[in-house]
Amino acid sequence: MTLELFLQHFANGISLGSLYALIAIGYTMVYGILRLINFAHGDIFMMATYFAFFGVLTFNMPWYISFIVAIILTGLLGIGVEKAAYRPLRNSPKISILISAIGVSYLLENLSIVLFDGRPKPFPTPNIFADVINIGNISIQRLTFIIPVVTIILLFLLLFLVNNTKSGMAMRAVSKDQETAQLMGVDVNSTISFTFGIGSMLAAIGGLMWALKFPQIQPLMGVMPGLKCFIAAVIGGIGNIKGAVIGGFLLGIGEILLVAFLPSLSGYRDAFAFILLILILLFKPTGIMGEKIAEKV
Amino acid sequence: MKRKKYNIIFSVILIILLFVILYFAKLYLDDYKSRILNLCAIYTILGLSLNLINGFTGLFSLGHAGFMAIGAYTTALLTMPIPIKEQNFFMAPLISPLDKIVWPFLPSLILGGILAAFVAFLIGAPVLRLKGDYLAIATLGFSEIIRVIFTNTQRLTNGALGLKGIPNTTNLFWSFGIAVITLIVMILLINSSYGRAFKAIREDEIAAENMGINLFKHKILAFTIGAFFAGIGGGLLGNLIGAIDPLMFRFFLTYNILLIIVLGGMGSITGTVISAFIITISMEALRFLDESINLGFFTIRGIPGLRMVVFSVLLMMVILFFRNGLMGNKEITLDILANKLSKKPLTKGGVKR
Repeated sequence: MTLELFLQHFANGISLGSLYALIAIGYTMVYGILRLINFAHGDIFMMATYFAFFGVLTFNMPWYISFIVAIILTGLLGIGVEKAAYRPLRNSPKISILISAIGVSYLLENLSIVLFDGRPKPFPTPNIFADVINIGNISIQRLTFIIPVVTIILLFLLLFLVNNTKSGMAMRAVSKDQETAQLMGVDVNSTISFTFGIGSMLAAIGGLMWALKFPQIQPLMGVMPGLKCFIAAVIGGIGNIKGAVIGGFLLGIGEILLVAFLPSLSGYRDAFAFILLILILLFKPTGIMGEKIAEKV
Repeated sequence: MKRKKYNIIFSVILIILLFVILYFAKLYLDDYKSRILNLCAIYTILGLSLNLINGFTGLFSLGHAGFMAIGAYTTALLTMPIPIKEQNFFMAPLISPLDKIVWPFLPSLILGGILAAFVAFLIGAPVLRLKGDYLAIATLGFSEIIRVIFTNTQRLTNGALGLKGIPNTTNLFWSFGIAVITLIVMILLINSSYGRAFKAIREDEIAAENMGINLFKHKILAFTIGAFFAGIGGGLLGNLIGAIDPLMFRFFLTYNILLIIVLGGMGSITGTVISAFIITISMEALRFLDESINLGFFTIRGIPGLRMVVFSVLLMMVILFFRNGLMGNKEITLDILANKLSKKPLTKGGVKR
């Protein structure tokens, strides 16, 4: 393998990894605050691409306006899902909420098959993203650079939001202890809604980037990325934003390099993430950055 | 003691009655209807096996589709006649011992179940140390790994092409016979000391451990037995439909079975049986939503996929408003029925279990 080829693969790995990271942050935020795997996250991601698709093609909006509308709509969708499906179950056993999450995911998938038709649709890619840049012998789509930059910017914005603002403080308080936070005057419900909104908007940005990178959208497109990004969040230490980013990069780069170096195993690409997950859960269940929580009896 | 004896006699009579009904059903029902009945029985087996893991032992496992795939492929590969095997494997020949042997149905089914149980045993050793949603995602991951492996082993499973022309051995007697056996095994298991240990683990792991229950042993026992019956159910399903491919065993299949046990009540055997029938039959009954309805003067255009939307809304409604499902963790037992019929005061010790 030549150096150029390696660099090309590496760049691909970084851009895939930053996509994973972006979506994993959403998972990790929701998990951090509710201790719940939001199975519907991948489907919220899918809905965002359809919102943008219809914005551009049906309502003839320019792509940037349509993207912004899609991101806002997806945030509202996330808040709606939380209100309808998770809030009524907040005090019931964890398994009920988990099943509810599975139900939401199933519902969104089936609904979008009915509404948007099950056949894959081509996603319109603006030229800004599609142009190819040549550096020496390596030719890379401009998008490959844009995705990591977007991820890094969003990461810093988010860290600022969580660590330095009042709503961020409320989020951290709720994730530590809901009841105590409530006693201290934190509005738990609106904090959770806010977290869901932010998480879903991140999923939307990730979804739009995903659709630009792999320009074909279909109702089940969110399932695999959703699961893989959850895995990325677990690898990094679930509940930890920086961890989610590290996990996303590890998973993305690992996956691309696996396919690049061992092409005979490329069929097992989807299994790679799960094998990694199980290894992590066995040897370091709290993930790379996660803190150990002692269990009280 | 007397009551117990009556119960056994009564159960035997019920089972004989069931098979007499099945005999006439086989004579008079058309293919489509008997296929639905077969599916009901198979989903009963699958629901019971998942309920043992999820409902009774409280391990939230989502790996059922993988175990079913193992059972279905084993049974199919062992029961297919040799010329059909050659037809199927035109890309690459089937690996050596399998291409020459043809087994009867029952041993193939049992071997399918045993292989699924063996894989569950191997998986269980590391995975069952996890709890709650981590366990869910790890088992989901394993079932996906099994599916990915089956997609890639061209010479063993024919890869993404799947297997076609599997002999349609499953009939009403096979499916209901095995469903009845599963039911009996589950009832005996749940009412044994093992079953009580399972329930103790479900209620509170730490308390159960303090009472001297070996957590790991019981968890892996429930997991393995559940996987065994999942494998058998998968084998029956494959030989009923006649064609299998890896995409059939995606996690949507697990979700369907999950819906059965949620509707029936996590931790209720009778609830699972009732809801397996309700769900399988209503899945077929709702098929009209996908097709056009002709009202004479105008036609309502059918929307393909609407059936599944109605279905997922149902799942959400059950979880949100009837959290305990039809039965919760109660059972309909012969004792309760007998008391209802005779209107006598309760027997000593009551009927509550």
